[in-house]
Amino acid sequence: MPKSPPADRRQFLTATVALPLLSAVDTKSSVPKSRIVVAHDPDVLLSLSGRVDSNRLYRLLNDGIQALAGTDSPREGWQRFVRPADVVGLKVNCLAGKGLSTSVQLTEAIEQCLQEAGVRPENIIVWDRHSNDLENAGFRVVTDRRRPRCYGNDIGGYESELMTWGSVGSLVSSTLVRTCSVIINLPVLKDHGIAGITVALKNLFGAVHNPNKYHLNVGNPYVADVFMLPPIRSKVRLTICEAIVAQYEGGPPFMPQWCWPMRSLILGSDPVALDYTGWQIIEDKRREKGLKPLAAVGRNPAWLAVAADNEHRLGTNDPGRIDVLRIV
Amino acid sequence: MPGRELHSEINRRTFVCSAALPALCAGVAFAASSSRREAQYYEKLPNQKIRCKLCPRECVIDDRERGYCGVRENEKGTYYTLVHSRPCSVHVDPIEKKPLFHFYPGTLAFSLATAGCNVNCKFCQNWEISQARPEQVRSAEMTPNQVAALARENECVSIAYTYSEPVVFYEYVYDTAVAGKAQGVKSVVISNGYIQDEPLRRLCGQVEAIKIDLKAFSEKFYREVVNGELKPVLQSLVTIQKQKTWLEIVYLVIPTLNDSDQELRALSQWIQRELGPDVPIHFTRFHPQYLLKNLPVTPLATLERAKKIADAEGLHYAYIGNVPGHPAENTYCPRCHEPVVERTAFMIRKTSLRNGTCAKCAAPIAGRWNKG
Ligand code: SF4
Repeated sequence: MPKSPPADRRQFLTATVALPLLSAVDTKSSVPKSRIVVAHDPDVLLSLSGRVDSNRLYRLLNDGIQALAGTDSPREGWQRFVRPADVVGLKVNCLAGKGLSTSVQLTEAIEQCLQEAGVRPENIIVWDRHSNDLENAGFRVVTDRRRPRCYGNDIGGYESELMTWGSVGSLVSSTLVRTCSVIINLPVLKDHGIAGITVALKNLFGAVHNPNKYHLNVGNPYVADVFMLPPIRSKVRLTICEAIVAQYEGGPPFMPQWCWPMRSLILGSDPVALDYTGWQIIEDKRREKGLKPLAAVGRNPAWLAVAADNEHRLGTNDPGRIDVLRIV
Repeated sequence: MPGRELHSEINRRTFVCSAALPALCAGVAFAASSSRREAQYYEKLPNQKIRCKLCPRECVIDDRERGYCGVRENEKGTYYTLVHSRPCSVHVDPIEKKPLFHFYPGTLAFSLATAGCNVNCKFCQNWEISQARPEQVRSAEMTPNQVAALARENECVSIAYTYSEPVVFYEYVYDTAVAGKAQGVKSVVISNGYIQDEPLRRLCGQVEAIKIDLKAFSEKFYREVVNGELKPVLQSLVTIQKQKTWLEIVYLVIPTLNDSDQELRALSQWIQRELGPDVPIHFTRFHPQYLLKNLPVTPLATLERAKKIADAEGLHYAYIGNVPGHPAENTYCPRCHEPVVERTAFMIRKTSLRNGTCAKCAAPIAGRWNKG
């Protein structure tokens, strides 16, 4: 069980009910609640073009992980998710280029935190679907095994055995299957023109060779089913969603007219609870901007309920079972 | 050892530049990177989106995204094909392997495919290329003129666009068919028929024969097993027949899924009514693979039942496929019932045709035949 965060945390709010924040147990069923941390810093963004204050981002990240894990220090928090012997894959999301991809700064901050937690630099791999996508988002492709590496599936390759679950049959990235023992999922918070939203679960489309096959029917049940592929389900331990700048319409490409500076990171180990929280944030913003809810424009992310159902059990989409912890 | 690139199809099919066919290799380079060309049949939408109008799926695609087939990409509101002149599988096959039984029997077809497909059949035998993206398979760079020249060099009567789905490499098919025509090589297309009417009509003007894989005669099957629709495929069959492009149909008979008497009879009646009795239909044997491994190989009795139903409905040329040595691999004269083309697997054993007529009773045998 996560421990309570230290009493001197700056501020806590729950979005659900005014229960004690970290009594993360539902007394009715004794099923632990899923904790989602929304870590916010109004000064983390230096300009609306997306430039961030790296020091503040690093602190925000560590505050977030400490609050999520409920530990006395960020280092202990990281150690809840990774061990020094792990090979850690950082699954970024770079399809939208520099405007709306996982940032180099966040990725570097995580690399630093992991090393402080004892992970060896050569055991960190920043990874996405294609090296071109990484480069377009500002990353440099690195294959030198003596330091943190960075490359796409075009370099890492795919497994040769087809993996299947429910509606999906795919070849899975060898970086995920063979090279890494743990995956930290690093999506960005954004609207998606087909699937409704793309946050934690959908980011793993980048781990399979045929994501184009899974955009039918608003991504349902494909988004949930891809995450059920055994190596994906077992290795993704933590999601850190970049919401420094987020997008509420027009995604997945970068559409600056529909972006807003949210100046936050969203952290959680339950990808369904994190997606649910992200979805609500996007719906709130759409409402504020006078846009229709996603369901009204044919993009209700119904795959979220599927991900939470008895067959999948990837997490919870029940707001009563999600503790949203906001830290500022 | 990390995972491999997806190029097993090339290993399996003996790629054109492999040791097995070194003579084909001259002047062909492996494609290093994507060679984009603007796609045909799409419309521009606001916010740099596009709508593809090549197949009935009509994918609406955002900037930097691809359609369902995975081989067409939107870049800033312009749609590109990524597979023009990039075949990933090239082989010289007997035309009987397509199968096209009424199209210059005993000749060779220079056969090629690119990555990609606009459906996702659970029983696909070529999923390693059809369900891959172009950058995930090893490809050669081969222009339409080079293909036509290689086909001639290898004494192929035709170029066959096959293995994956030619609809998704439409522009390459079209340009190569034009280049082939100019060099005296015919073109044949092996397709699922899931294409819009306008591009299909235009293609019919350039190719001599089309074989359609009709996967079932029910929308349910198309929805659940193919991820497509039946209706547009039936429309394509009618269009091809009206355009007078030679047409044959393959129906893969899958135990319990598309093999009921009722479905087979409805299919045969539809062919008789809408296309006429002279369109050959091949009932072929299913082998479990890809995502459909829980069903048995089609029993011979099922295939024979399917043929019997088609015969009873008056279809002149119903074949049994993937059963080498079966008498239903032969073509029989619909009038005197004598064999006019005798086959074993892809081999022609004997031909008893005279200028496209039965050598015995002179009844015309539908098809495109060699002279003499
Ligand atoms: S050809 Fe490809 S992109 Fe175009 S509609 Fe069909 S599947 Fe979609």
